[in-house]
Amino acid sequence: MSIDIKMAWRNIWRNPRRTIITISAIAFACLLLVFMLSFQFGSYETMINSSIKIHAGHLQIQAKEYQEKQNIRMVVPNPEETGRILDNVLYVESYTYRAKAFSLVSSKNRTYGVMVIGIDPSREKMVSTIKNSIRQGSYLSMEDKNQAIVGRLLAKNLGVLPGDELTIMGQGRDGSIAATVVSVKGIYASGIDEFDRSSIQIPLTVFQDVYTMDNAVHEVVVIGDSLRNISKIKKNVQGQLKKLKENEFLTVLDWEELMPGLRQGIEMDLTMGIVFYLLLIIVVAFSILNTFLMAIFERTKEFGVLMAIGTTPGRITKLLLIESISLTMVGIIAGIFIGSLLTLFFQYHGIDLSGSSELLAQYGISGMIYPKLSLLSALSGPFAVFFITVLAALYPALKIRKLQPVEAMLHV
Amino acid sequence: MHIHLAWRNIWRNPRRTTVILTAVVIGIWSMVFLGALMRGMMTGMIDNGISTLTGDIQVHHKGYRNDPVIENSMTNPSMLKKILNDTLPNGSQWTARIRVNAVANNARHYSGVTMVGINPAQEAKISFIGPERIQGKYLDSMDHHGIVIGRELLEKFETRIGKKLVLMSQDTNQEIASRAFKIIGIFTAEMKATEKQFVFVTMSAAEKMLKLKNTISEISIIIPENHNNSKIASDIREVLPPKDYEVHTWQELLHILTAYLEMFDQFMYIWFVVVFIAMGFGIVNTTLMAVYERMREFGLLKALGMKPWWIVRSVIYESFLLLIMGMAIGNLLAFACIHALSKNGIDLSYLAEGADYFGISRIIFPDIFFQDVLVANLVVIVLGIIVSIYPAVRAARFTPVEALAHI
Repeated sequence: MSIDIKMAWRNIWRNPRRTIITISAIAFACLLLVFMLSFQFGSYETMINSSIKIHAGHLQIQAKEYQEKQNIRMVVPNPEETGRILDNVLYVESYTYRAKAFSLVSSKNRTYGVMVIGIDPSREKMVSTIKNSIRQGSYLSMEDKNQAIVGRLLAKNLGVLPGDELTIMGQGRDGSIAATVVSVKGIYASGIDEFDRSSIQIPLTVFQDVYTMDNAVHEVVVIGDSLRNISKIKKNVQGQLKKLKENEFLTVLDWEELMPGLRQGIEMDLTMGIVFYLLLIIVVAFSILNTFLMAIFERTKEFGVLMAIGTTPGRITKLLLIESISLTMVGIIAGIFIGSLLTLFFQYHGIDLSGSSELLAQYGISGMIYPKLSLLSALSGPFAVFFITVLAALYPALKIRKLQPVEAMLHV
Repeated sequence: MHIHLAWRNIWRNPRRTTVILTAVVIGIWSMVFLGALMRGMMTGMIDNGISTLTGDIQVHHKGYRNDPVIENSMTNPSMLKKILNDTLPNGSQWTARIRVNAVANNARHYSGVTMVGINPAQEAKISFIGPERIQGKYLDSMDHHGIVIGRELLEKFETRIGKKLVLMSQDTNQEIASRAFKIIGIFTAEMKATEKQFVFVTMSAAEKMLKLKNTISEISIIIPENHNNSKIASDIREVLPPKDYEVHTWQELLHILTAYLEMFDQFMYIWFVVVFIAMGFGIVNTTLMAVYERMREFGLLKALGMKPWWIVRSVIYESFLLLIMGMAIGNLLAFACIHALSKNGIDLSYLAEGADYFGISRIIFPDIFFQDVLVANLVVIVLGIIVSIYPAVRAARFTPVEALAHI
């Protein structure tokens, strides 16, 4: 160990009480940041995953402009072909086909305009969580013909229970009238009111028949193995699609493009969080700046002596910086350690927010939130703390240069 | 005398005092300023919710809220009118509406919408809709075919002013009624969802289409600012026959927003305490330094017969002064910032869809809540004094002999 580091370390502990308070301040800030960032990242991931799993999927292959216009004529004409492409793409976990049309749905004495979605039951259950959110009745199976599952709020509005009949009326792909009668097989509650109020799902084959879709669908919905690999899958699928000329009107959209509100919402929440954290760090920095300042004023005489016997001001500055950096490091390491332990505890047990569960359900979060510790959430906050504290320490350390040995030695 | 002494003691080391003062100032500033911004965001959400056809209080036929269909309408508007005019305080505004779910379609597109039959002049005083927010023409009460729709819906339908739009809904005989309207105006709203959801026609046009007579689905009331809406709501509840009518306040109507507000209150107070802890470390440390430097002095004072309690008091006076100064400057700065922003607000348009997702207005105006400012300042002063007890007690414990031996 070099003499400078040894000296710095001993100097830090000349006044243990002050040092401990300073370290605690830094550790407190780090602990809080580690926990809060993990908490935020964890809830974002929950939000993204549940929105993805309820309906949107990680990626969708659609006809160009379908996302904006939702026009029934904008189709993916050969879904099986895209399916064959997806079978060979790395990281793709599962995929399914869907077709959608806005239609009038009537029960015995109620009529509502809703989105009728044709799904492939065997594939759909690998992609979406709707199967697990069936509250009454049961999910669609492959043998089902004129059966439907209905969102909870829509079922309430229509006044239907499993077994009741619904009439669907809309416009087919060729402009003809599309009409059919289905019976309610199950009722689902995804938790997102908007979705539960405005959708009904029927088997894809029935949909294609009723809406004269031939073999076409509107969306090929893809789930990848994790959020991280989505951009790789997207690039790969785009490349594969381009190989065939007939696919040039198809486009691949990822979850951010499918749900722009969600992404921007997360950005906004994160920005606000960062503003709060920065202010907190600045308050902490000023709180501990005095420790750094005092360390110098108390020791002016000592520095004078050091300089008189030939220590350069640069070396003293270096010494002081080593002191404050090691002080900060101790605080940061303690903060990261305790913060990570705390986060891991809650990551395992979850944070119960069931008091506001109805509210959180709208964002796809059930009563429990699980923070998620990651390298990013554990290190980015403490790094900011380190940066700002070192900046604060720089001011007193540079003041040394102005010190005159003789005057300094006379200082009491 | 004590205050005077404390004041001079604080400024014995101006640099140190300035540093810790800065910490307190930034702390207080962030509490009050960010608090006002967050409050402004909340107020924006509430105003938005209230003006999006909610109002302070709503009256419906029993069951309408769970099942908003035409059967659950109120059939005696003249009686309601009389009752409302008698019960509502002066300065209140109210309007009646017919409101049903409908399907809008033109040649190319379909969409589910909420059709609202309004009394145009009265509605403009209560909701976001009105001549100023409209491009094209606003409805006229005699207009039987005009319809005003939102910009988003217009774009989705690839249509424009002057074009036809057909609405379909269930009429009183549970048959599908449809009626063609001409788009005469386009409204813009804070939320895209609102622009997609609502279409406005006149009350008489809605009556014709749905074969209604003298029937309304909803009454929306705005009360003057200094009145308590839950009290007025219960007044109305008392005079209306409870088996036919239900009266709700906006807090009940927008229950998700209310839940959000409650969660937000807790969040804010936690944030106050967190910021305080950050500066608390600094306050303790700085006061400790100040005390240890003056060990000799305290020893001498004690030797001269000063009671320990007096020493505790004088140290606490010092941090009290420091905190008060920090609070004064911090609050002043915060109010200045709030004032500077009160004209133009903070524009979140670049995150418009995110703002929509959380239901926040695109422009946030800070809003000062007296209660928040009070809590922020109380947290700082009370906890600030509590943490400075520790250095104060330390100072009081110096024994004269030991202290006087200290250089």
